[in-house]
Amino acid sequence: MLIITKSNLLKQKKRIKNLFFFGFVFSQLLIKAQVTFPINGAPSENHTIFAFTNAVIYLDYETILKNGILVIQNGKVLICAEKATIPEGATIIDLKGKYIYPSFIDLYSDYGMPVEVKPQIKLHLGPQITTNIKGAYGWNEAIKADVDAYKIFSHNTIKADEYKKIGFGAVLTHSIDGIVRGSGALVLLNSNKKENESVIAEKCAAFYSFNKGASKQDYPSSLTGAIALLRQTYYDAQWYANGGYNSEFNISLDAFNKLQALPKIFDAGDKFNAYRAANVAKEFKQSFIIKGSGNEYQRINDMADLNSKFILPVNFPEGFDIDDPYDADAIPLTDLKHWELAPTNLTYFQNFNIPFAITCAELKDKTKFLPNIRKAMQFGLTEKMVLKALTFYPAQFINANLMGTLKTGNFANFFISNKNIFDDDAQIIQHWIKGQANTYSDINFPDWRGKYEFITDSKNYIVTFSGDVNKPSAKIKIDTTSKNINYTFANNVLTFSFQLDSTKLIRASANYDSKTKQFDGTLQNNDGYWNKFTLKFISKTDSTIKPKPKVSDIKVGKIIYPFNAYGEPLSDEQSAFKEAWKKFKNRYSAILIKNATIWTNEQDSILKESDVYIVEGKIVRIAPNIDAPKLAFAKVIDAKDMHLTPGIIDEHSHIALTHGVNEGTQASSAEVRMGDVINPDDINIYRQLSGGVTCSQILHGSANPIGGQSILIKLRWGQNAEGLKYENADPFIKFALGENVKQSNWGDFNTTRFPQSRMGVEQVFIDYFTRAKEYNAEKIRYESSKAKNKMPFRKNIELDAIAEILNNKRFITCHSYVQSELNMLMHVADSFKIKINTFTHVLEGYKVADKIKAHGANASTFSDWWAYKNEVMDAIPYNASILTKMGINTAINSDDAEMGRRLNQEAGKIVKYGKLSEIQALKLVTINPAKMLHIDNKVGSIKVGKVADLVLWTDNPLSEYAKVDKTIIDGEIYFDRENDLKLQQYIASEKARIISKLVVEKQKGIKMQKYQPKQQRLYHCNTLEGVSEQETGER
Amino acid sequence: MKEFKNISLILLFCTSIIVVAQKKVMRIALVNATIHQGNGNVIENGLIVINQSKIELVQKKTSENTPSADTVIDLHNKHIYPAFINTNNILGLHDAEAVRATRDFYEVGTINPHVRTLIAYNADNAIIPTVKTNGILYTQVTPRGGLISGSSSVVALEAWNWEDAVLKADDGIHLNMPRLHYKHWSEDNLNTIAANKKYNDEIEELTKFFTDANFYYLQNNQSPEKNLRFEAMKPVFSGNANLYIHADKVKDILAAIQFIKKFEIKKTILVGGKESYKVTNELKKNNISVMLNRVNDLPDMDDNDVDICYKTPFLLQRDSVLFCLQLEGDMEAMQSRNLPFNAGHAVAYGLTKEQALSAITLNAAKILMLDSKIGSLEEGKLASLIVSDGDALDAKSNNIVLALIEGKFVKLTNKQNELNQKYLDKYGIK
Repeated sequence: MLIITKSNLLKQKKRIKNLFFFGFVFSQLLIKAQVTFPINGAPSENHTIFAFTNAVIYLDYETILKNGILVIQNGKVLICAEKATIPEGATIIDLKGKYIYPSFIDLYSDYGMPVEVKPQIKLHLGPQITTNIKGAYGWNEAIKADVDAYKIFSHNTIKADEYKKIGFGAVLTHSIDGIVRGSGALVLLNSNKKENESVIAEKCAAFYSFNKGASKQDYPSSLTGAIALLRQTYYDAQWYANGGYNSEFNISLDAFNKLQALPKIFDAGDKFNAYRAANVAKEFKQSFIIKGSGNEYQRINDMADLNSKFILPVNFPEGFDIDDPYDADAIPLTDLKHWELAPTNLTYFQNFNIPFAITCAELKDKTKFLPNIRKAMQFGLTEKMVLKALTFYPAQFINANLMGTLKTGNFANFFISNKNIFDDDAQIIQHWIKGQANTYSDINFPDWRGKYEFITDSKNYIVTFSGDVNKPSAKIKIDTTSKNINYTFANNVLTFSFQLDSTKLIRASANYDSKTKQFDGTLQNNDGYWNKFTLKFISKTDSTIKPKPKVSDIKVGKIIYPFNAYGEPLSDEQSAFKEAWKKFKNRYSAILIKNATIWTNEQDSILKESDVYIVEGKIVRIAPNIDAPKLAFAKVIDAKDMHLTPGIIDEHSHIALTHGVNEGTQASSAEVRMGDVINPDDINIYRQLSGGVTCSQILHGSANPIGGQSILIKLRWGQNAEGLKYENADPFIKFALGENVKQSNWGDFNTTRFPQSRMGVEQVFIDYFTRAKEYNAEKIRYESSKAKNKMPFRKNIELDAIAEILNNKRFITCHSYVQSELNMLMHVADSFKIKINTFTHVLEGYKVADKIKAHGANASTFSDWWAYKNEVMDAIPYNASILTKMGINTAINSDDAEMGRRLNQEAGKIVKYGKLSEIQALKLVTINPAKMLHIDNKVGSIKVGKVADLVLWTDNPLSEYAKVDKTIIDGEIYFDRENDLKLQQYIASEKARIISKLVVEKQKGIKMQKYQPKQQRLYHCNTLEGVSEQETGER
Repeated sequence: MKEFKNISLILLFCTSIIVVAQKKVMRIALVNATIHQGNGNVIENGLIVINQSKIELVQKKTSENTPSADTVIDLHNKHIYPAFINTNNILGLHDAEAVRATRDFYEVGTINPHVRTLIAYNADNAIIPTVKTNGILYTQVTPRGGLISGSSSVVALEAWNWEDAVLKADDGIHLNMPRLHYKHWSEDNLNTIAANKKYNDEIEELTKFFTDANFYYLQNNQSPEKNLRFEAMKPVFSGNANLYIHADKVKDILAAIQFIKKFEIKKTILVGGKESYKVTNELKKNNISVMLNRVNDLPDMDDNDVDICYKTPFLLQRDSVLFCLQLEGDMEAMQSRNLPFNAGHAVAYGLTKEQALSAITLNAAKILMLDSKIGSLEEGKLASLIVSDGDALDAKSNNIVLALIEGKFVKLTNKQNELNQKYLDKYGIK
């Protein structure tokens, strides 16, 4: 063992010309390593200095030393420079022609965590309302703030090698389980060492997600519930820190608060979740580093607007097997386009200057990491950017100062590759972690590819070795035919065999001399004779590396907004502007609709042969024979023989939602917001447009008496979630009564959550209103108190919502069926001095129409649904007409994506059932729902000054024979039958284009996957996550 | 001889149908209406003479052909249609669908050709009267579930009991073609389709059953013991009953065609057929007609034409595939009353109104092998018809003022319009 003494060092000192390095070296090496572990036998530490010379060294992501020197000792970098004197005694490793890179850092990993956490599939054994974990923890199992990765971390050699072979030397590992996942630890992948030498920073970042992971607790069952849980946990933790700890000790909240000083990484898993996470962060003045999923390019402008840092995977989908045309036809456009565009994701982030780190998470087969990076680089991602995203940014994001570059004093974490790591056949030869080598191939492995003359006693042949430098393929030319040779090459010894002719088998062994590039050896025929032979180098084989295609030569399709069928690409000039995508529709400043039959919903009722002039989204004139505006940008629509009506408004809809419509695990879920889980890509938005719908109220389901907060949207297909929201609409909340809330049709296990009868339902409302009232009073008292040491106030987002109802700032839409419960809720409301804004479904409303009228509620019902469960056996299709005749503002709603797009026909049925006039009937789906949603001053009728939300029909709009020709929102045409045909052609041609690309890929032998068909889940009131429709009965 | 000249009299007449029916009217003449025969013909200002249970005469009314009848009903400005036929439906087999005790359309086990809907059909079911009032007077009572669900029967909707109701008992066996993919809930909640892992097993099970049943049939009662399942299959092999194969996706339909060819099934009906428009040639070549999935449905794929379900009837018509419309799916029994409006909706997408009418009348009768009796207003057929104030395929004008089944007047009140009246009276409104 070499002990470096002070005198040795002094000698060294004189030799080192660069004084700057000296000071550091001196201080480093004077200290003897000290360990806490008892040593069995004599200690065997070393302080060998290694010097790597002649390599191309990437000092950091942007500094390349073309012929650099790297000197390391004791796990740290001593010198890394273009020129430096090598310390005496150093082991010099000549790396001519090779490359050195600082090790990559992966910020998203569960390396070395105890078990892989799999989501628990819930067996239906009744609800689990609170935590089952024993101890002073918080109430929800998905909040695992107390988990510290460093405490449960242990090396896994196999996994570590997978990382090291693709360039990663350190990972930020954490337990991938729960909505709050605790802290992650930065660890080195020196898996042959004790963990004590690997953990670099024990609490390096905090981790979050919207996925409850292994928690078996019912709440949250939906994405909107997960968001609410995280928000409430933030508020609870604030309360706890401000003094709540005086009233209870809570491990989870205590740990949650301790995480706050750390960088926060949020596993979003989807482009829209990135936005949702950023919204939570904003509420609490935090910022999350977003771990993406690879589809962020589909809304890259939104990603840029988040001002977040990202961690991005490179999990590009495999191509699809398209041999069977019916199978190919079943692959949606989005999957085909994502296959084509996923490798451009990183390039978009680069071009939008969004800082990002790259992770190899999501790749089941880690060996695909570098090939995928190389693939991404074909689309314009630069080498500098990749290195920055693998070294500089990850280190910067988590403040890991000693990593990501090879500057003096940093960890000696680097790998050596045979060529530029981003070349197609580059390979990592050695990976050094903290100064310890891991060897993956022979560092002296020669490049012996070439054309050789095979000289034997009898005859000479030509042998070529070409292709992969590590395993070139070998061929021998015998007469005119070329044969493959099986061979092995190790330690400079080549053994091979081949069939010379039908009788003669040759087996041979030869030694390689790298200086002469010649093999000399002996061979044996199958007649048993031994002969000498030589393989004499003639020339290099042609380079097998195909020239990389130029970035500009690679053609991919355009991103469409939204990223779904019937989405549209931006025009070229729009793409140039960051904000342009929001206005990608054919936005005409003015539209003139001529000669239409106009159903105004105003006193004029139906105007024949009239014109409507729209300017900047508003109706400015209604009259016959308006002169065509002379402005070039005005669009003139000849609507002769067509009918123009206000846009259809669906008061009760569950379209455009993602991951759950119900958070029905508790009797009240007033804290959840449907506005958090809008899915702007939902095809049902477009389908509703094709049925003339312009506005939909998106409601929580009816699984519990107090549901979630509603969101009113305009169907601005293509825009993001914010763009869909109806501006400044009054907030609403869903309530529900009857069989769904008492879980009557949910199977035998759901019999324990309160309430299980209509009796209990009443008490739930009284209870929550009472508590909200008290809460509200307490809140006011707290806010007005000037006392210094006042007891902290715990903000409760559930009671906040209910208190808003009591303060007339939030309005109730109540799912309801039978007369007794309708009556009951009005009494409860009266006792708290509030009004039920809308009874929805309200199928026995006709039985208490006088009471509803007296209370002042609106009614939103089905036209003719009944008989699907016991509480609808007295439902009648005359309900809407009786309610209307009683003077109650009445609407027909859908609660169904299918019926939602022909609400005009449903209104037509009320002409049949109850003999409403056609004008009255149309109002059931236009101005009446507008009134109950408090938007009738803007939309719902055709009147000068109102917003131009209009539908042009080919026939009487109440008829089965009517089709929508155009749907206009804010004066923009969002559905156009002619354009619909063009979009169908676009879908067909894009699919055909990409499928032909796939054919070429398949012919190249690239692995393909069998397509797994998908169909989106449609939501109704009663849809529960994790439970199939059969188990819940109908609506 | 009575002559009703105006509508109020007819309405009066309708409310006293039972009295009339008891009188055993011998010969009724319906005059001056627009007759939609169901076979594509329209007769303006027509005349229909009904003798007992049958149609004796259908023609344009002229001054010469004033009929001799016990009752002449003037239906000026009204429309007469053949009774609408509701196929492939569980109507009559449940009341409140979510209540298990009322559900009688599903039996346990996978191969149940011997179970029969007919005897479970409740002629007093609460939903039926609400269906009749929209013009639907016949239904094919159809079982659900398993690979072979059982046999269906065709019944008239006005009857004392199922024996009285039946027009054709055990008209066919219903086979649910194994699906390559089926709907399935999954973690990501978007992918609700999963590959059917049991597909090959299911095909094998069906193949084995058909092989055995066919052998039994060919043995011609030589089998030492009677096998109830095989017995039930005999009419299918002999061609006396239909084999209804339920399949929607194109590959499942193609597999179904292979299957029936293998067993030389004589009369096959494709039920569902959501993607049948893609294989019209194969359907025609194999003489397969279609009971088409409901028109008012959503496309399966985001990429599909948003109107594809509305257009499919037109596409089948264009390619000369015989089809009728049906409503299997969510709340199908209650939805039966919307059958004419589904047909009407297809008119907006290419069918003519008379073709749409055929799709719920004559085409259905042909498929059920009942076209010698019902489905069109032609001489010699049963006098099962409806009279509407306006166009009966459009909800806003569908107002059935008169309906006859086999020459007998049908009651056109139901619990719903009675409740309507009760509450109008309570509130003192009209």
